[in-house]
Amino acid sequence: MEKLEREVLAVLAEDCRADAEKIAVMLGAEKEAVARAVRAMEKRGTIVKYTAISNLDEEEDECVEALIEVKVTPQSGSGFDGIAEEIAQHGEVKTLYLMSGAYDFAVIVEAGSVKSVSRFISECISTFDCVLSTATHFILKKYKIEGALTKREKPRRLSVQP
Amino acid sequence: MRDFLTKSARALQPSGIRKYFDIVESLPDAISLGVGEPDFVTPWDIRSAGIRSLQKGYTQYTGNRGLPELRALISRYLKERFAVDYPQDRIIVTVGASEGIDLALRAICEGGDEILIPDPAYVSYAPIISLCGGTPVPVRCRAENAFILTAEDLEAAVTKRTKAIVLAYPNNPTGGIMTKEELEAIVPVVEKHDLLVISDEIYAELTYGGRHCSVASLAGMRERTVLLGGFSKAFAMTGWRVGFACAPAEIDRAMLKIHQYTALCAPRISQHAAVAALAGGFESGFSAVEEMRAEYDRRRRFFIKALNDMGLPCFEPRGAFYMFPSVKSTGMTGEEFAGELLKREQVAVVPGSAFGACGKDHVRCSYATGMRELSEAAERIAHFLKNR
Repeated sequence: MEKLEREVLAVLAEDCRADAEKIAVMLGAEKEAVARAVRAMEKRGTIVKYTAISNLDEEEDECVEALIEVKVTPQSGSGFDGIAEEIAQHGEVKTLYLMSGAYDFAVIVEAGSVKSVSRFISECISTFDCVLSTATHFILKKYKIEGALTKREKPRRLSVQP
Repeated sequence: MRDFLTKSARALQPSGIRKYFDIVESLPDAISLGVGEPDFVTPWDIRSAGIRSLQKGYTQYTGNRGLPELRALISRYLKERFAVDYPQDRIIVTVGASEGIDLALRAICEGGDEILIPDPAYVSYAPIISLCGGTPVPVRCRAENAFILTAEDLEAAVTKRTKAIVLAYPNNPTGGIMTKEELEAIVPVVEKHDLLVISDEIYAELTYGGRHCSVASLAGMRERTVLLGGFSKAFAMTGWRVGFACAPAEIDRAMLKIHQYTALCAPRISQHAAVAALAGGFESGFSAVEEMRAEYDRRRRFFIKALNDMGLPCFEPRGAFYMFPSVKSTGMTGEEFAGELLKREQVAVVPGSAFGACGKDHVRCSYATGMRELSEAAERIAHFLKNR
């Protein structure tokens, strides 16, 4: 990754709404060079999506998230990737990682209720022949998401100082 | 009851920014660009060293000069980062650079002495000089000169009573810096009139587009300079109150005496944290400082363009984390502008007049605040200018 790309990505990671012009000003770079860097990273898949980090803990909409540990037997020919691709197809799956350690996949699912999550596990995950076991952990509270603290802290500084 | 106050204490003016503070505190949606300290929290490794020092029970005084290992690190730091050579027995660890300013002025200033101060400049020099019985003499710095001190303006301000000059670059409130060449230009005036330089270099790590040059690094200047520095701005350690002072031998001894009878020593926990700041800095190439500096630089570039685009001319500051735009084109003084902006758009800036008469038509905007707030503040200021 080029230096400019890294710098552009750092700005976008803080605020994905920043356009090429603003980023160029902040970095002291040419607007066109920034736009090229963004396009190149989009094309390579380095930039996956522009999104807002949300925290619905305080909202009234009912929403349940769970982290499911999944142990599987890798498939001949496709290893873990074939299974992962199938699991990832489901809209409920927000995040899917292949892990080292005691289990193979970390699947974060989001659904409208505990029942929906349970149904998803029993009907969509456990039915795979290669799945050996699952362990489900419901997410109770989020303190930090994608590097951002969820709780707005009170200002620590005096508001006006010499 | 008797009147207990001294004349000089009675004559001290309260800071002009107090009223803004009270208003801002009462406005929940206010955005403050009036903050003179980093918005970063002290890096974890440094905080952790402070905690460890407490756990180990290091709660006692240190020697007056400060911990030897800290002074050894400061000595190395000054040499490697700023090319100035002070042995550790010529370094006093102070309660922030603020104590250093106080010590230096109390050591050298008394009735009848005139001390030159760049105008505009940080608020504490003039009151301390007055408390010492001296006379603070402002030296006009101009926006067209990027607020540096020129040899001509300096020469014009010197009288027979002039004893010293306060240099404060990178500068609060203007963000101006003085390059090696610009500093060299004033040296002949300093030498000709046998002046002492009190150089407040608290923002030395925060320069953009080039390293800070310390006046003490110039030929012959170390022996007529009191160099003041600290950890507050570079390492986001304002609340720890730890800094350092380096001075010519005789002045150093006098400053140490005042320090031992007043502060005794800088807080020990803070000294241990400062050791971690420098030791960790040498290990990592001062990466934490560099990351903060890079973030300030991104904001600086954004905000200077925003100010100029909205019609508030501002020279490009190359140090600290302040901008000092002129508001003259609005027909308002800095004070009127700050008051109206706060009332109508709930954005706090500090009137330039708080830093000296030459700041009358300016306001100080601090960009030590997150990009989100800075962007919002820029939009509100632009809206204010359009609808005034």
